[in-house]
Amino acid sequence: MLPIENRPIIQVQHFTAGYDGSVVIDDISFEIYRGEVFAILGGSGSGKSTLLKHMIGLYQPMTGRIFIGGKDIVTAEGDERTGILKSIGVTYQMGALFGSMTLLENVRLPLEEYTALPSDAMDLIARMKLKLVGLEPFLDYMPSELSGGMQKRAAIARAMALDPHILFLDEPSAGLDPITSAELDRLILDLARNLAITFVIVTHELSSIDTIADRVIMLDKVVKKIVATGRPQELREHATNPWVRQFLNPGVSAETAGKGTGGER
Amino acid sequence: MTQAAEASLNSLDARRSSDGGTLTLIMTGRWDSDTTGKWWQRGQQMLTQGKPRRLVIDASGVSYCDGAGVAFLIDLQQLQIRTGGDATIQGLQEEFRRLLDIYGDISINRPPGRRREPLSIIEQVGKAAVELWRDLQALLTFVGELALTLLRAARHPRLVRWKDAWLVAEQSGVDALPIIALIGVLLGLILAFQSAIPMRRFGADIFVADLLGIAMLREMGPLITAIILAGRSGSAFAAELGTMKVREEIDALRTMGLEPVRFLVVPRVIAAVAMTPVLTVFANLFGLMGGAIVMRSLGYPLVTYVNQVLSAVTVGDLMGGLLKSFVYGIVVAAVGCLRGLETKTGASAVGQSTTSAVVSGIVLIAIVDGLFAVVFYALGL
Repeated sequence: MLPIENRPIIQVQHFTAGYDGSVVIDDISFEIYRGEVFAILGGSGSGKSTLLKHMIGLYQPMTGRIFIGGKDIVTAEGDERTGILKSIGVTYQMGALFGSMTLLENVRLPLEEYTALPSDAMDLIARMKLKLVGLEPFLDYMPSELSGGMQKRAAIARAMALDPHILFLDEPSAGLDPITSAELDRLILDLARNLAITFVIVTHELSSIDTIADRVIMLDKVVKKIVATGRPQELREHATNPWVRQFLNPGVSAETAGKGTGGER
Repeated sequence: MTQAAEASLNSLDARRSSDGGTLTLIMTGRWDSDTTGKWWQRGQQMLTQGKPRRLVIDASGVSYCDGAGVAFLIDLQQLQIRTGGDATIQGLQEEFRRLLDIYGDISINRPPGRRREPLSIIEQVGKAAVELWRDLQALLTFVGELALTLLRAARHPRLVRWKDAWLVAEQSGVDALPIIALIGVLLGLILAFQSAIPMRRFGADIFVADLLGIAMLREMGPLITAIILAGRSGSAFAAELGTMKVREEIDALRTMGLEPVRFLVVPRVIAAVAMTPVLTVFANLFGLMGGAIVMRSLGYPLVTYVNQVLSAVTVGDLMGGLLKSFVYGIVVAAVGCLRGLETKTGASAVGQSTTSAVVSGIVLIAIVDGLFAVVFYALGL
């Protein structure tokens, strides 16, 4: 198993973002280390997906900088931006596989667009990635012929086509049954530990967080900031913010979870 | 370091043993998806031309290796084993050896895919016939359901979602006016100009006004309005309802006990039926205005042209055209909604429904136009 390195691969500095003039996330900063499984938590509307979309360069923040592998994705243009985008892989909530292509063609697509590999090499690499997620027997299936869990795994295979150092997953367990969700967790953990891939995951699944996340941050919709950072178990037991404790211990009432009823928010 | 500089640092050299039985391939530098491509076929050639009994891949000089580099190693290794020789990889750093262990059991031969036997011509014809039959059944069912719902709506107007109907009427009626005006003027202009040239040779160019008046009111006005409606609104209805189907909104309506035909189709059909005759009147007017421009350029005063048109056309011509446009409105709106409700799953399904709505709409317009021609002839209209 490869260790988590003690140097940041992603640095978010004084990041503020929002839509149509209204601020959703206000001046937050954090770092993610190489080889870490990092989870972004928060209630609905707290800006988790917004943060993720800014980190992968889809949107421009109002202020702040986001360094991926030492390069600022906010200001990067041309070849530098392409270089950053090649070093990351992204999977979306619904998988976002291209419905008109087979699984193999989906995974081959980044190789076709970004490399000069011959066709048989691209086929072999795409099959390697599909095999890694347990989908090689389905390489000529269309996405619509697969279950939700298989589509998510295929999306991970596609995101890994160019061997990125960082994988961003937006709600990977959304809509999956507990068994499929646990399988996906195992896959993420295997990839993180064996291939030293850094994972940044936006999720609501508390069971997944306990299993896979090395560290989490929690965003809060009201204060628009990070209200907790740390290992999931530590936060569950020792968080001072009652709302954080209630979020991580959903069976416990606010009074039991903290001294007040969300007063610290 | 730039990518080009990095690529230049990667190399592949071959060395043969003195007895010629062992081929050593020496890999150095970065082996990733950017740099492996140029060596892939060269490596295979070195192996197939040399035909060694033993292949040694010396990877001690590899500074970086990702999935592409590992794929290259696996490819060479398995190509050698396939020819009956043996292959060894030496000196690969531990972190890259781990990658090789993870991916190493893949076969370079692609596993057989699912069998997709092509259908014979007879099967294709049979399948097309069954699909056509089902399509007709669906169309008949839909027409019946729509007719019943419209009758019910006529008896109980409160059942109709009038707010939606007004909105659709604005989108498919008022918003369509500029394009109707443009096409109408151009059509009138072209018709008048093309007919004026030969008719002038016989001194009959004043009768261009008769031709234009009758053609626009009876045929061209309703027809271009219906075709624009099919392209603009029929496609929009199919895309809107199709997206709702893909997003399971139609299922949500059904489970709430709301019939999609009453809730979604009826307001659209009512709006289209109300708007098509109005748009047809505008198309007629703009067509005649186009004709007026040509007639003025031929030297006829406007009043002469207007009097000639009024003497040529009858109220029956106008009403016949409006009746046609009324039916076209029903056909285009209904088929657009039907195709939308028939949408299957996936992103391409909405596109297929939209295309099908426009094609079916135009085909049905042509058929209905033919039927009207026969009926009008039989009735002596």
